Amino acid sequence: MNKGIFNKKVLGALVLAAMLSACKSTPMTDKPASVEDKSPANTTMTQSSNDSADTSGVKEVSIDSNANDANNPLKDPSNILSKRNIYFDFNSDTIRGEFRPLIEAHAKYLLANTDAKIVLQGNADERGTREYNLSLGQRRAVSVKKSFNLLGVQDKQIETVSFGEEKATQNCADEACYQLNRHVDVVYGND
Amino acid sequence: MNKTFNLIQRLLLSLSAILTFVIMTPVSHAALEIEISGGGAQQLPIAIVPFNQDAVKNQDNIASIISADLRRSGMFRVLETAGVVSKPSTISQVNYSDWANLQAQAIAVGKIEQLPGNRLKVSFQLGDVLKQSQLASMDYNIAPNQLRMTAHKIADVIYQKLTGDSAIFASRIAYINKTKERYSLQVADADGVNPQTVVSSNEPIISPSWSPDGTKIAYVSFEKKKPIIFVQSLMTGQRTTLASFKGNNSAPAWSPDGSKLAIVLTYAANSQLYLINADGSGLKPLTKSNAIDTEPVWSPDAKWIYFSSDRGGSPQIYKISSIGGDAQRVTFDGPYNLSPRFSPDGKSLAMVRNDGGKFRIALQNIVTGQVQVLSEGNQDESPSFAPNGRVVLYATKVGGRGALAAVSADGRVRQRLSESGGDIREPAWGPLLN
Repeated sequence: MNKGIFNKKVLGALVLAAMLSACKSTPMTDKPASVEDKSPANTTMTQSSNDSADTSGVKEVSIDSNANDANNPLKDPSNILSKRNIYFDFNSDTIRGEFRPLIEAHAKYLLANTDAKIVLQGNADERGTREYNLSLGQRRAVSVKKSFNLLGVQDKQIETVSFGEEKATQNCADEACYQLNRHVDVVYGND
Repeated sequence: MNKTFNLIQRLLLSLSAILTFVIMTPVSHAALEIEISGGGAQQLPIAIVPFNQDAVKNQDNIASIISADLRRSGMFRVLETAGVVSKPSTISQVNYSDWANLQAQAIAVGKIEQLPGNRLKVSFQLGDVLKQSQLASMDYNIAPNQLRMTAHKIADVIYQKLTGDSAIFASRIAYINKTKERYSLQVADADGVNPQTVVSSNEPIISPSWSPDGTKIAYVSFEKKKPIIFVQSLMTGQRTTLASFKGNNSAPAWSPDGSKLAIVLTYAANSQLYLINADGSGLKPLTKSNAIDTEPVWSPDAKWIYFSSDRGGSPQIYKISSIGGDAQRVTFDGPYNLSPRFSPDGKSLAMVRNDGGKFRIALQNIVTGQVQVLSEGNQDESPSFAPNGRVVLYATKVGGRGALAAVSADGRVRQRLSESGGDIREPAWGPLLN
């Protein structure tokens, strides 16, 4: 039975059950995509027909101990390597001068740690179509990747992806809000 | 009664009261509230007599579903039949003068009977009140769960007979519903009723795309912290990865014969178009540019792929032969045109146009290049044609939340579908169901 937001309305509608079964939900784990997910807890994809009452209440539990973070330059708040966000002007993929030190620091780390891998995650503000914004976020990620390349970092250590506008603040009223949504994040494989 | 009956003569927005109704039946509730504005000066008056459905008393009310479909098309005035004493359930029982007194030009009657083996027989006839003759007669042998869809099919028969247009009601729509931090790809009947969750995730899902036969949906899921394209069967729930290459995998678009899809991949560079077989084999690059190329869509004759690109500076729509070659620019009107979608007859292209900071749905005539802006919102996107090409469904914002809206392809009748509490986006209208 559908346990979406329509649930309460639909529960009594036994007559619809067969229509529901004609359009079966599926577990998202039956055929995992060949992409590594190194986040502490896997994205929870639930079979909606088996959902418990609260489908959204899957609590993400970190299995990482934070005890060693002080010794990890990537996590040490006083180290520039803990800075991960590069912001962009409207409709631009040009890297502003203020972010050079951040990129240079990560490039140095990647050259010294050739096993380390990063994902550059591009983002766009909500204006425009979703697929086009996905491409705009990607262009920003590629722009950052090229900066890394110029500093000697190889493509094999970098993947560029985009979230487009999917992570953007909705219903921004002004540029101060929009600009916070135009960024590329440096994410390490074991973050 | 003739097929040239001109149903939507002129926009009467200022005169017509906004008609709001919620479809409610004893056993199910409408999930989406549908609001209609506009409509024609010459709506065809029709009487839909409540069907004799004593055999299935607790089921959906067939006549109500048919009435709601016809009303929503903007082309019919469905008459109140409560005051009429006679309740014919076959055309032979119809006393035409009763219905002529009601100003009805057409009358629909029907009944539902129980058959052995838990089957139902739905009989329906359509009559011309002025000529006192039968226009259509249909019998359906169905499973009980097909009752609602059968009502949509009957509405389609009435609509086709009286307008000359092709069918529209017996179809489904897909869309993404976001609640809190959960994203659900849902499928509902074209009237917004009976929503079913196809798949849900706490990461975004975008770009649902129906296979031409309506059995599968391709979509983009961020469940692995990056966009990956999946194809899922609606009947079995079976889900396969179509494309999970390095970088982004997005914007799936089925070829008209369903054998392959145009998709967008990035690897380590900008978005480019590729073709891939429906089983995930045979990947082939289609465009090679340094610009963004995305949002592919096939022309109905499968010869062309239209897409969005900023190769000329601003984002515009281009076309490329589906076997490759040089791209040609298609849109020249306005600084920003995205998300091309073909009408089923291939004669017009719906798109998202930026009109001075307002994102609106526009329609371009493929032959003349003439452009008409159809929608009135500020953040309208994701246009999608009804199976008969008469209506364009799209995503809009109401009070900061996503909602679905529809507009007739001539721009004269508007509808809004909203769901309390939901944030609905990315609609895609599926093909007609057999």
